[in-house]
Amino acid sequence: MGILEVKNVGKRFGGLQALSDVNLSVQENTVHAIIGPNGAGKSTLLNCFVGKLIPDTGSVMFNGQSVLGLKPHQINQMGISRVFQTPEIFGDLTVMENVMISCFAKRDGSFRLHPFETVAHEVDIVDKAEQMLIDVNMADKRHMQASSLSRGDKRRLEMAMCLSQDPKLLLLDEPTAGMARADTNNTIDLLKEIREKRDITMAIIEHDMHVVFSLADRITVLAQGTPLVEDVPEKIKGHPKVKEAYLGETGVTQAA
Amino acid sequence: MKMLGLSNKDTTFLLIVVGLTLLTPFLLQPFPVASGGNMFNAGYPDLMQRFAIFGIFAIGFNILFGLTGYLSFGHAAFLGVGSYSVVWMYKLLGYNVVPGLILAIIVSALFALLIGYISLRRSGIYFSILTLAFAQMMYNLAYSVLTPLTNGETGLQVYSNDPQVLRGPEHLDAPHFFNLFKMTDSTKLTLGGWEFTLSAGYYFTAVIAIIAFYISLRIFRSPFGLMLRAIKTNQTRLNYTGINTRPYTLAAFVISGMYAGLAGGLLAAMDPLAGAERMQWTASGEVVLMVILGGAGTLMGPVLGAGFIKYFENIFSKINDGVLHQWFAWMPDGLENVIITISHFFVGKSWHLTLGLLFMLVVIFLPGGLVEGGQRIAARFRGRKAKDDATHAAKTQPSAAE
Ligand SMILES: Nc1ncnc2c1ncn2[C@@H]1O[C@H](COP(=O)(O)OP(=O)(O)O)[C@@H](O)[C@H]1O
Ligand SMILES: [Mg+2]
Repeated sequence: MGILEVKNVGKRFGGLQALSDVNLSVQENTVHAIIGPNGAGKSTLLNCFVGKLIPDTGSVMFNGQSVLGLKPHQINQMGISRVFQTPEIFGDLTVMENVMISCFAKRDGSFRLHPFETVAHEVDIVDKAEQMLIDVNMADKRHMQASSLSRGDKRRLEMAMCLSQDPKLLLLDEPTAGMARADTNNTIDLLKEIREKRDITMAIIEHDMHVVFSLADRITVLAQGTPLVEDVPEKIKGHPKVKEAYLGETGVTQAA
Repeated sequence: MKMLGLSNKDTTFLLIVVGLTLLTPFLLQPFPVASGGNMFNAGYPDLMQRFAIFGIFAIGFNILFGLTGYLSFGHAAFLGVGSYSVVWMYKLLGYNVVPGLILAIIVSALFALLIGYISLRRSGIYFSILTLAFAQMMYNLAYSVLTPLTNGETGLQVYSNDPQVLRGPEHLDAPHFFNLFKMTDSTKLTLGGWEFTLSAGYYFTAVIAIIAFYISLRIFRSPFGLMLRAIKTNQTRLNYTGINTRPYTLAAFVISGMYAGLAGGLLAAMDPLAGAERMQWTASGEVVLMVILGGAGTLMGPVLGAGFIKYFENIFSKINDGVLHQWFAWMPDGLENVIITISHFFVGKSWHLTLGLLFMLVVIFLPGGLVEGGQRIAARFRGRKAKDDATHAAKTQPSAAE
């Protein structure tokens, strides 16, 4: 049994069958990549894991518990954290405050009325957030307003926020989309580092295969809403079905 | 120096606010009574009490609007509820203001819980419209079916045949504090040409306002306050970070409703009357103006905005044509008439126009309100000082939430 078990998931948008018969099992402490061409249904699938969408058919089990019908905050409290395709951070707040909010959510749960405590006196939260920023090399930016960060740093911050919750499962939706080459490589290095440093399960959604190639333990290829193949990266690389799926998109499979 | 769970900086800040509040009867009375400036003096009890009361209203509103960004257009409803509660306590128990104020806070909290619970199902403009609809509903109900509770158009007031069960024979027959002093008690202090009025009502209100300010300061610095600010910035991220935003916004709504109820109650402590017009939408709009003008999301902004608007309402409105004639009498007649005709549009009954223009200027040039204006001036001063003293390497620390 994997930590995330997806069975027969289907989702329809009007006349469009965005997902059909998706079966997937993510094993604990592995990195599982889901790749596929644009419009394959990758984001839709991920949205079914986090409570943003409810699939029409099938089931999504996390740690043996169904997540269908739960609210995003409830699913997060179960141990799933998510990185968005475009970084979602608290732009008006400082970098430090961004991470502290994640730490509070982890410690205090989804709601706690604490109007007479003082943020600055929460030593354990402050320490944890500071350590997290050191881990992602952002300690020097802790007092900066988050909206003034570069795109790469915003992504890094979002990752730090997710990691500070020690999630059982980290979901990443195209973490390198729209990034310059250098930033892409940085992000991949960061993910590798995270992998080595802690026991973590990751599911990465990617359009570009070569990003996940050196990172993933297993890769599922999604095309037109259905998984084509699932295997270790080496086998996926030259798979004829994969080549077919990406046909017409140049330089993607070849680059890998 | 650390006090009351505050940092050094915040303790200093609070002490300055306390000092200014206690010295208000002097600070707002800068002109000798006999001088032409006397009409700009604002140090009389009625107006000072209004400053404090609307300061409380705006401080509370800022906890909702300034921190979470949810713009309520119905907070005057709680102001009205607070006033009615206090007058009812006068009628049933007696003229001690304390039971009424406690009831005002409780009842407005209950109303806020109900209205907030429903309105917060939507955000943005829909939330604003829902709160407005609730307030207008309450305003209309107060005039119609709820007349037994509100006394309709006449307004709720104390009659001689009211029970007033806690009233002893020797008790004061106007709003008082445990029979120790009446709200209207005051002493005049004459120093040279200056005259200052120290009023019991003002100091009573001022102490409550200071407590209200202190609570708001604590909320700003708390994890709860941090969550509220996060709601304003990015609710999606907050949800996916495991936070259920609804109870946070509801708590902020109820707290701000309680502040409004308290303010309404204090209005009735000043003047033992409660009328439905206090719940009208213009009153709801006024507190929005106060907070935006002063600086939404800042600690001092709401207080400054409330003071500014109340000053205008009470002082500028007094400058009528007669006063203008006096001022410009030294000019040649033709010019005098031209000037007066123009000024006429900005003062006296037309003070709203001046306020409107000022409001526009602030919103356009100082989106952070008067507080931002103050900060810019301070920064310019500091910049000049830093240039003069190049060896002094000042470490600037970003000040949180100010
Ligand atoms: N909320 C929605 N409503 C209607 N169609 C949608 C919605 N979300 C996605 N789609 C469609 O579903 C298909 C899959 O989209 P998506 O999951 O975003 O693909 P990917 O992330 O793999 O590029 C696309 O054709 C897209 O237009
Ligand atoms: Mg996508």
